[in-house]
Amino acid sequence: MTSDASASTPKNSQQPGGLKPTIFWRIAEDIPANLKWALTAISIVVPLGIWWGVSSLGIVNPKFLPSPMTVGQAALDLHADGFLVQDTLMSCFRVGVGFFLAALISAPIGVAMGTFTSIRSLLEPIIGIVRYMPAPAFIPLLLIYLGVEEPPKIALIFIGTVFFNVLMIMDAVKFIPQELLETTYTLGGQRHQVLFQVITPYVIPNILDAFRVNMAASWNLVVVAELIAADEGLGKRISLAQQFFRTDDIFACLIVLGLIGFCIDLLFRWLLRISCPWAID
Amino acid sequence: MHLEVSHLYKHFSTRQGQLLVLKDINLHVETGEFVCAVGASGSGKTTLLRMVAGLDTPTSGKITVDGQPVIGPGADRGMVFQSYSLYPWMTVAKNVGFGLKLQGMAMPLRAQRVAEYLDVVGLSQFANAYPRELSGGMKQRVAIARALASQPKVLLMDEPFGALDVQTKETMQQFLLDLWRRTGTSILMITHDVEEAIFLSQRIYVLTARPGSVQREVFVDLPSERTYTIKRQPLFQGYRDEIMDLLRETSRLGVVVE
Ligand SMILES: Nc1ncnc2c1ncn2[C@@H]1O[C@H](COP(=O)(O)OP(=O)(O)OP(=O)(O)O)[C@@H](O)[C@H]1O
Ligand SMILES: [Mg+2]
Repeated sequence: MTSDASASTPKNSQQPGGLKPTIFWRIAEDIPANLKWALTAISIVVPLGIWWGVSSLGIVNPKFLPSPMTVGQAALDLHADGFLVQDTLMSCFRVGVGFFLAALISAPIGVAMGTFTSIRSLLEPIIGIVRYMPAPAFIPLLLIYLGVEEPPKIALIFIGTVFFNVLMIMDAVKFIPQELLETTYTLGGQRHQVLFQVITPYVIPNILDAFRVNMAASWNLVVVAELIAADEGLGKRISLAQQFFRTDDIFACLIVLGLIGFCIDLLFRWLLRISCPWAID
Repeated sequence: MHLEVSHLYKHFSTRQGQLLVLKDINLHVETGEFVCAVGASGSGKTTLLRMVAGLDTPTSGKITVDGQPVIGPGADRGMVFQSYSLYPWMTVAKNVGFGLKLQGMAMPLRAQRVAEYLDVVGLSQFANAYPRELSGGMKQRVAIARALASQPKVLLMDEPFGALDVQTKETMQQFLLDLWRRTGTSILMITHDVEEAIFLSQRIYVLTARPGSVQREVFVDLPSERTYTIKRQPLFQGYRDEIMDLLRETSRLGVVVE
């Protein structure tokens, strides 16, 4: 029996069953700052390096995969011709107006649906159905109703984001602790005061977060709209580049789209930090 | 002030059928009194207090404050929850003044009242701090100041110190007792901590296990000026043994019934 006992002793010096310390695999804990920066750098540099490596090896036709340098040059050329700024501004304008209108409508409706079961019962079924209709499927109708200028593009972005905003904001309202509302009643609060002075400030961080997430959808839709009918815009530039087989222009536009989205994301995070410091850990 | 609860019944409809939680509760609180109700977990203490606050409706029976029946929540019955429930986006001062703001008190007067109650709970230096920067005991003091600032007729407290560690709890009990003696507020407090109830109150309602009903009314005949050393006195220990025996007895009965 003594041999059995020695066999069951753990081989390493760790306490049996104890949790071993780790740096990389920490769950929901901070990692050292320099490791964080290193990983952030790797996340950008490695894909860029692979792209550069593959394109410079000459195994792929440069017509299909332009090198990072070619793409950089294409971006500079587009900029020099004035297209880049013009297209970017045009796409930003469409997203800005469409998303602003959607935000303006969705915040009060979302809060109202989260607060009042009656309004939720009234609107949730229809929104639940309409939101499953893919927004691009509305394009033909919008073109028939609204012409080919800006209104159909703005309407498309509006339709594609308003319902998701509403539902995400509604869900956020449901997470308000019941006791916070009850406390307000025992302090003499009326229902409208609970709505405007407790529920609304409580969900503002969630509203900003819903906007941040759904912003991505509006960038998808602006490109879709411009691919179909537009005189300018980043989507239009991509479809023109396709006609002339300019993959370098396409890459340049894609990178610009990615960077704009990233900046908007940062903007919303910054907005959250300065407007609701209490909500940040 | 005269708070009266008479022949109060409450049952909930659950999937297992009707659940009788409170059975024929009769109790009262008079001006300036500190009254506690103790009972086992699940005996319906929270339900009772919520109905007095007007946050829940009785199945039958009557609750009146100064003869007026309670039909909903109102600022005349301040409430302190176990979970503090402070508004996280408001500073301590804004939290304390929020009830006054809801009731439409104008600013110079409001600021003055807030300063007064921050002083009462000893948190004047933290007026501009946010709730998440405070310890549990401090949060609960903010919640108490917020409830008191509206100068309610009666302060309702549901296990306000249940989430605190033993030392903080003791400090807070002493603090609450001093505050009560200084302000003369009428208090109805719910707890399952028997020593806490004896230390703080002048009268104790001992509830039976589910369904909760008043099993005995205990008059605590201790001097109103108390410090924690009183817990070592034989009189105090006599009350504790009496109430503990009652609670033990009903929980045993409960097991037999179920
Ligand atoms: N809304 C509700 N619906 C159904 N049952 C409920 C509801 N609220 C409370 N109960 C039940 O009523 C009983 C009493 O609950 P209550 O919270 O009042 O007890 P308590 O004395 O405060 O207990 P504790 O000391 O654990 O806080 C419990 O059995 C609980 O399950
Ligand atoms: Mg309770």
